[in-house]
Amino acid sequence: MKKKKRNGLEVPVYQRVIATVLLGIVGIIMLAPLVWMISTSFKVEADVFNFPIEWIPKRSRGLENYKDVWMGVMPFGLYYWNSIKVTLISVVASVVIGCMGAYGFSRIEFPGRDKLFLLYIATMAIPEQVTLIPRFLIFKQIGLFDTHACLIVNTMFSVLSVFMLRQSMVTIPDELTDAAKIDGAGHLRTLFQIVIPISKPTIATFGILKFVWTWNDYQNPLVFLTSSKLYTIQLGIKMFSDAYGDYYSLMMAAAVSAILPLLIIFVFGQKYIVSGLVAGSVKG
Amino acid sequence: MHAGFKNKRVRRDTIAGCLFIAPSFLGFVLFSFLPLVLTIVLSFSQWELVTGLKGIQFAGLENYKELIGDPVFKESLKNNILFAVWALPALMILGLLGAILIDDFTFGKKLFKTIYFLPYISSAVAVATVWRVVFQPSYGPINSFLFSMGMENPPKWLADPNWALFTITLMFIWQNIGYYILVYITGLQAIPQDIYEAADIDGATKWQKVRYLTVPLVSPTTFFLFVTGMISTFKIFDAIQILTQGGPGTSSSVLVHYLYKASFEYYKIGYGSAISIVLFLVVVLITIIQWGGQKKWVNY
Repeated sequence: MKKKKRNGLEVPVYQRVIATVLLGIVGIIMLAPLVWMISTSFKVEADVFNFPIEWIPKRSRGLENYKDVWMGVMPFGLYYWNSIKVTLISVVASVVIGCMGAYGFSRIEFPGRDKLFLLYIATMAIPEQVTLIPRFLIFKQIGLFDTHACLIVNTMFSVLSVFMLRQSMVTIPDELTDAAKIDGAGHLRTLFQIVIPISKPTIATFGILKFVWTWNDYQNPLVFLTSSKLYTIQLGIKMFSDAYGDYYSLMMAAAVSAILPLLIIFVFGQKYIVSGLVAGSVKG
Repeated sequence: MHAGFKNKRVRRDTIAGCLFIAPSFLGFVLFSFLPLVLTIVLSFSQWELVTGLKGIQFAGLENYKELIGDPVFKESLKNNILFAVWALPALMILGLLGAILIDDFTFGKKLFKTIYFLPYISSAVAVATVWRVVFQPSYGPINSFLFSMGMENPPKWLADPNWALFTITLMFIWQNIGYYILVYITGLQAIPQDIYEAADIDGATKWQKVRYLTVPLVSPTTFFLFVTGMISTFKIFDAIQILTQGGPGTSSSVLVHYLYKASFEYYKIGYGSAISIVLFLVVVLITIIQWGGQKKWVNY
């Protein structure tokens, strides 16, 4: 329990007001590009660059821009669906594989376990891009190149998931799992009935972060996909902005569409996202 | 306990352990370990992808020799270092400042944390698309504003070789500052309150407390952010690919982008692998510095 409310520096009220106003102004500047994006996505193309900036469009096309993006020449709905499919399957698969691996590394004792885990950790800091070329070659060789399966396989084996979940599973007291063992539960039952329920917050944190990373991934789809009907939303935006480079209002509508699911996830999962990112060195 | 029973238990646990680890281990070997070994091997080969597997030739250190003489590679490496030198100090100073202000000085902590953090979770591709329009040189909002302030020749930002990398740096700072603030706030909250109370008794001013207590006491956080930040600046790709493709000319080319271009636009697999290895060595170097530096610079 805390002795008292933490307040590193004692600060008089007038200073707090000044600081709040100051940070508020900076915060508005921080948000400006995002607000501009949203406002532009509703504008008539001719008004996009009107100055002073029309934050609330004088002439709005309503949802017409969005209709052009979603129902137009580019199969934006398809890109969206592709992203949802790849992202959800990757997240679920990486959580399952991560839980199993983490359980093996934390709750079962066997020779060589800790050395193997060290090897896992050692590769964690290596940027993905270092292995981009061989992964591309491997996918070509095993015939997965240019399929969604290839994106899923590429992201579902995450050393990070094993690492994060193990950190949480190690802290579970032995008494809990031993009791289950005495009752005759095997490892699978112990995992599902005791370990996973206790590790739920960590699983949620990892799942949400993985969702954000997979949704935002651009480089892997760029290298591993060539058929445009398989494109994910990030490739879709790029293709859209290449094709409609002069239709800024439509580009912004596309950008808003791509960011929207992340905002929704952020609103509901903020607690998990923040705790996960702060807990360790975990971007990537 | 009976010895035989124990042995049986150990054997059973070993089998179970292997089964549980098997899926992740398979992935680890196939998509992390093996590719790393292959990258090293390929970096010593000459291979144009179009010639098929038969076309691979052992080339010794040829690729590395070529890299040393390659102006684009040198420029990319230089740009990566410049990018880190511009972005990291700004992120760390603004991050700590923002964290102290938000943690100790303001009302509405939660709201501020959310606002500053929003750009961080937004996709780099979408955000870069927005920045491209915002920084449009002749009628984008930024330059319209500068024109209206009476500036006749504002920078052409992404279209100007002298400004392109800097513009991308600005975007990177904007996107990542929220993360730095958040991590610093966690660091600040780990500092025991009594230390400040002791300083109060000694009559320390607020600035003295920040300078002589807060800054040294968050040094583990600073160090962590420095090391991970270094690595993340060397990984930048998405923003470059969307905004400039390394241009104008090669003025904003970076290692990962050059790696991508060499391997997947020119299909020079051996050469691309050599660039990958350089990236790998950079990260190894940063990690070594981390091990060495931890003892020296960090006050626990």
